Amino acid sequence: MRARVFVTLKPSVFDPQGKTIADALHSLGYGGVEDVRQGKYFELDLATQEAAQARKLAAEVADKLLANPVIESYRIEVE
Amino acid sequence: MKFGIVVFPGSNCDHDAYHATKHVLGQDAEFLWHKDTDLKGADVLILPGGFSYGDYLRTGAIARFSPIMSEVQTFAAKGGPVLGVCNGFQILLEAGLIPGAMLRNRTVKFVCAQVNIRVEQTDTPFTCAARRGQVLRMPIAHGEGNYFASPDVLAKLEANRQVIFRYVTPEGEPTDEANPNGSINSIAGLCNNARNVVGLMPHPERACESSLGSADGLVLLESAVQSIKDGAFGRPDAPALLESA
Repeated sequence: MRARVFVTLKPSVFDPQGKTIADALHSLGYGGVEDVRQGKYFELDLATQEAAQARKLAAEVADKLLANPVIESYRIEVE
Repeated sequence: MKFGIVVFPGSNCDHDAYHATKHVLGQDAEFLWHKDTDLKGADVLILPGGFSYGDYLRTGAIARFSPIMSEVQTFAAKGGPVLGVCNGFQILLEAGLIPGAMLRNRTVKFVCAQVNIRVEQTDTPFTCAARRGQVLRMPIAHGEGNYFASPDVLAKLEANRQVIFRYVTPEGEPTDEANPNGSINSIAGLCNNARNVVGLMPHPERACESSLGSADGLVLLESAVQSIKDGAFGRPDAPALLESA
C-alpha cells in the first residue's frame, strides 16, 4: 500500500517561508491569496496490504522521524 | 582532561573545536566518529557545527539517530558535560536533550555575522568561569536558528533559569535589532534541566584567538576545564543559584 504523509507547522508556529511566499504572491498581484503555510509531503511505499496496518506504520514513522512534534503536526492518507 | 568531539557526516566545525581545545587550550582532544559507540574516555563532549546529513528533513533530525547518540544520551544522563554548537545544538533539540525546536530564520536567509551574547547563568559547566551579564562577541552562521518553544515550555525554561545566553547589543540589551534570527525571548543558548547539557547557536570555538577577531568564546571551554577540575558540573546548587538567593 501507499501512505501519504502531510507534515505542516502547527497553526501557532510562525512560518517564515510561507510568509515570504505569500508576500511574493501579493507582489505578483495575487491579493486574493490571504496566507500561505508551507509543509512537507512524503510518499511511503509499504509492504502491507492492510489499510489499518499501513496507517499505523505511517503514524509510527511520522512520530519518530518525519515530523517534529514540538513544531509540526501531520495527516495521513492511505490507498 | 579530555574533550571528545563527535564527527557526523557533514560536520564542518569539528576541526575548529579540536584546534580550540587541543592547541589553544592545551587539553587532550579526540574525534569520535558518529558510528562509534565508545566515548574513548572523554570528560567533556562537544557536538560541533556543520550540516550533518546535509540538513535533510530537518536540521539534526537524522544525526540524532547516529549510533554514538545513545552513548551521548547515557553520558548526559549521568551528568557528563555536553556542549552543542550550532548544528550540534540543533541535534540536542531533535534528540530531546534540550526542549524546543528550531525554525527557519525570520528573514529566511542564512546569516553569517558577529553577534553579542549575554551570559545569563553561570551555574553550568560551560559558563562557570564567566560572569553573569558578561557580553561575549562571537560569530553565527546558520539558516535555522530561530528558536521556538510553546508558551508553557518557555515559561518553565525561564523559571528554571535554563536560558544561558541571549542575543544582545554590545551594551548588553536584548533588543529586537540585536536578535539575528527571530528567536523567542532572544534566546541564543539553553541548558537542560540538570544544567550539564548546554547548546548555543553562536560559535565559541571560532572565537578563541584574538587574531580571529575575538577570543571571547574561550571562556566556555575554560569553564569546562574548571568544572571538571572542581567536579562541579551538573550540580543544581552551583554558585549562581546561591548568588541570587
